[in-house]
Amino acid sequence: MQKVNLCDACSKEKGVQDPTGFALADLLLGIGAAEEIEKGASTQKCPVCGFSQADFKKTGRLGCSACYVTFGGGLNTLLKAMHKGTEHVGKLPQRAHRAMEINHRMRTLAENLQQAVAEENYETAASLRDQIKQLESELAR
Amino acid sequence: MKFSNVMATAGEWLRGEGPHHQIVISSRVRLARNLRSRPFPGWAKKAERTSILELIRPRVEELTEMRDSFSESLQELSALERQVLVERHLISREHAAKGVGSAVVMNRRQTLSIMINEEDHLRMQSIRSGLQLKQAFKLVDKIDSALESKLEFAYDQRLGYLTACPTNVGTGMRASAMLHLPGLVLSELINQVIQAVSKIGLAVRGLYGEGTEAMGNLFQISNQTTLGEKEDEIINRLSKVIETLIEKEHDARQVLLQKKSNTLWDQIGRAYGVLTYAHAMASKEALNLLSIIKLGVDLGAFPEDRRLPIDELFIDTQPAHLQKSSQQKLNAEERDHLRAQIIRERLKLFPKPDISKMARESGNGSIAGPLNNE
Repeated sequence: MQKVNLCDACSKEKGVQDPTGFALADLLLGIGAAEEIEKGASTQKCPVCGFSQADFKKTGRLGCSACYVTFGGGLNTLLKAMHKGTEHVGKLPQRAHRAMEINHRMRTLAENLQQAVAEENYETAASLRDQIKQLESELAR
Repeated sequence: MKFSNVMATAGEWLRGEGPHHQIVISSRVRLARNLRSRPFPGWAKKAERTSILELIRPRVEELTEMRDSFSESLQELSALERQVLVERHLISREHAAKGVGSAVVMNRRQTLSIMINEEDHLRMQSIRSGLQLKQAFKLVDKIDSALESKLEFAYDQRLGYLTACPTNVGTGMRASAMLHLPGLVLSELINQVIQAVSKIGLAVRGLYGEGTEAMGNLFQISNQTTLGEKEDEIINRLSKVIETLIEKEHDARQVLLQKKSNTLWDQIGRAYGVLTYAHAMASKEALNLLSIIKLGVDLGAFPEDRRLPIDELFIDTQPAHLQKSSQQKLNAEERDHLRAQIIRERLKLFPKPDISKMARESGNGSIAGPLNNE
């Protein structure tokens, strides 16, 4: 880390208005991150928001949530260096939690359905199909 | 609720009634959240930011906790009013610089403040007196759950909550405590402590967060990482470190009392003298001297009922509070003059430091250890 002490006059002269610009995270992001991302995706732009790697280099911030996919490769290296782990283990939004549960139930029902069809148990199969449809519509809501 | 109401009442956290309040001024927890498939505030065009604000703001205002709240667009607040909110830690300095398309909503007690379109679409923060990180988290967690039923947040199965800055991804949580550590500073142990804390993935910062200078012996300590650890694990780890720091600070004070009591009395006497008689005082000097008086209260040199007036001066002598209360914009020289005047007036009825009481306490060791006197 580079520590810079500037007096009021010097900071104005150097155009430093906001001392947060010197923050460690920004230094890391401004220099390290841009390089990491360069390795991953060269001149790529986020298809959702049009954000580019040059923009990231400039601001140290991403354009939208889809940028995490667009710049995935380079970002992962960066996240690994920056955080304790590479996967989220904390809070789940209820919506995501619900979707996960529904998906799980749908997978089980689909397996049962396959089996029912194989056993030519068409009554059960029809009922299972209805249940899957029901869950699909719940998920789409 | 109007701004004048905000100005007239100090936040609940300032009353200093939380656990370990002598050393831990406040505990804060903030969560960063973003809407799915919308550009982050820093990248969104003005019209888009405004539409995001219009979507989020009513959802925030209708929260039960936000009944009778203060809710205002940033462009409706004067520069001075924004600065007042920064000095109370209710909005960030970054948010204060925002204009069209950003807003702040906070509850009446000033324990919960929600910034809309700061760096992320939502920054929800809870602030409590003393060491109460768990309680602070509980409140923002509840607010987050209430909002998530009405707004769809950007969330990834693997990376968790997605944020504008990759340093916040995962939990989107920053938990922090403001500590008053004059003992460690006077014993010249503070740098050692800061280094040790930094090594275990926690950050130590000055009064107003990232990139700011430490003044008034006040230090902010917070978690550095947000991915790969559960919210309560982060908070437990941070709380444990803070408890250790409280212990270290008490130890340092004990050693000062026993081995350097002359230096200590000299510092307290000088601080008292300068604050009582000065006619011009910069904000940094005021904070540093008030910190020593606060230490004096902790050590029994001043009566306990003098604690609140000193704590209040920490905030009331900040530049924007000074100007807002005097109803005028002042230049630095005028501010220093007014600051000294306010301090002199408030300290008029302040008794002289009672060193004999301090000496007696240090002699019989009646100052209890850090974790059993509260």
